Amino acid sequence: MARRKLIDVARRRQTGEEAAPTLALLNDELIDAAGGETPIPDERLRLMFACAHPAIDEGVRAPLILQTVLGFDAATIASAFLVAPAAMGQRLVRAKNRIRQAGIPFRVPEREELAERLDAVLEAIYAVFTEGWADPAGTQARTRDLAEEGIWLGRLAASLLPNEPEALGLLALMLHADARREARRGAHGEFVPLATQDPARWNAALIDEAEELLLSASRMARPGRFQLEAAVQSAHAARRTSGRTDWAAIVQLYDALLGMTGSVVVAINRAVALAELRGPGEGLAALDRLQDDARLAQYQPYWAARAALLARAGDAAGAAEAYQRAIGLESDPAVRAFLQNELLHLA
Amino acid sequence: MQVLLLMYQDEKAIQKLPREEFGRIHGAFVAYVDALKKAGVLLANQGLGPTAKARTVREATVLDGPFAETKEQLAGYFLLDVPDMEAALAWAKRHPTLAHGAVEVRPVWT
Repeated sequence: MARRKLIDVARRRQTGEEAAPTLALLNDELIDAAGGETPIPDERLRLMFACAHPAIDEGVRAPLILQTVLGFDAATIASAFLVAPAAMGQRLVRAKNRIRQAGIPFRVPEREELAERLDAVLEAIYAVFTEGWADPAGTQARTRDLAEEGIWLGRLAASLLPNEPEALGLLALMLHADARREARRGAHGEFVPLATQDPARWNAALIDEAEELLLSASRMARPGRFQLEAAVQSAHAARRTSGRTDWAAIVQLYDALLGMTGSVVVAINRAVALAELRGPGEGLAALDRLQDDARLAQYQPYWAARAALLARAGDAAGAAEAYQRAIGLESDPAVRAFLQNELLHLA
Repeated sequence: MQVLLLMYQDEKAIQKLPREEFGRIHGAFVAYVDALKKAGVLLANQGLGPTAKARTVREATVLDGPFAETKEQLAGYFLLDVPDMEAALAWAKRHPTLAHGAVEVRPVWT
């Protein structure tokens, strides 16, 4: 509990001058509203729900939560949403101007209002978790504890809204991913890709909990983005007992996800799964269809995926070029060293 | 806007690195410079010689040693042309020096 408070304080401090007026505005409104009973047991989660106001543009609700409540800088938020930092900065400024000009009243929403505000809150929690998950060894002070914090917020959201399948789905997704934390780095801190991880090093208790959550969610028969992503994780976790990965099932799940979100990130992952199922040629063809998307020029996973598939297809020169791009865009030294090693061992 | 990314690292520690590790750092720099060029934001970049060869001038007196009593020395710079400070920070976070040192980001008056 004490540590939680410390993280809290540290994060508040990071929010900096720019966010301070909005945060103060939120706090004043919420203190005014705090007289009554509130269903939300955590101050931060209360602020997150308040920020997810229906009068604010849907696309900027989660970024606004991340900046004002959770203290993320615009560059980090921009990379989580795959937009240019300048564009994200403008979006946030515009949203705050609108809040000020329109006098949008911030208050703790009633229980009935929580469900309609849930999407933005879950999206923000997902971004918090992902920031921390990218650095499993906790080597960077900036992102240390963020995965744990995402899961903690996810648990609160799921217990607050146990009949919302996406809240359960997001928690299942995070627990599945966190279950592999130990296995994702070797004895000397080196990066270990999913395919070569030892399932015996995955956390069985977390996987079981995730599976149970996903089952409860699926019984509600309202599929959503986070449930589908959790189902992909679940398919990978099945290797623990079956010894193999069901790539056909994973491609199907990504097809459904792509249909639902149209996300270019999903399309890249689908291409990689497709390559496992039908060979690198088909995976590369799927990646080629994305290449006009300007956002990919600086998106490291696209270049890493492309490099690995080109290498498998026997195009060493093309693979080398793509590895070089991926290395230049990577910020994690362990992943960078892994990519450099792959580059070095190209045929 | 123009920004200067200033790389700080412990030059003694760098000199003691095994050849293989040094090669990897060099490779990471080549790839990073490549990424900056492809994004069209790099104006200039240079590494600096060791502080042992540096001189410091203060009040018209040339001091014999370098002005580098801190643990991390200025090792080089990248001059970038980016839309704003957030974009500069996004690039700074990918800087290979972060694996063993720090990067300062300073706006340049133009």
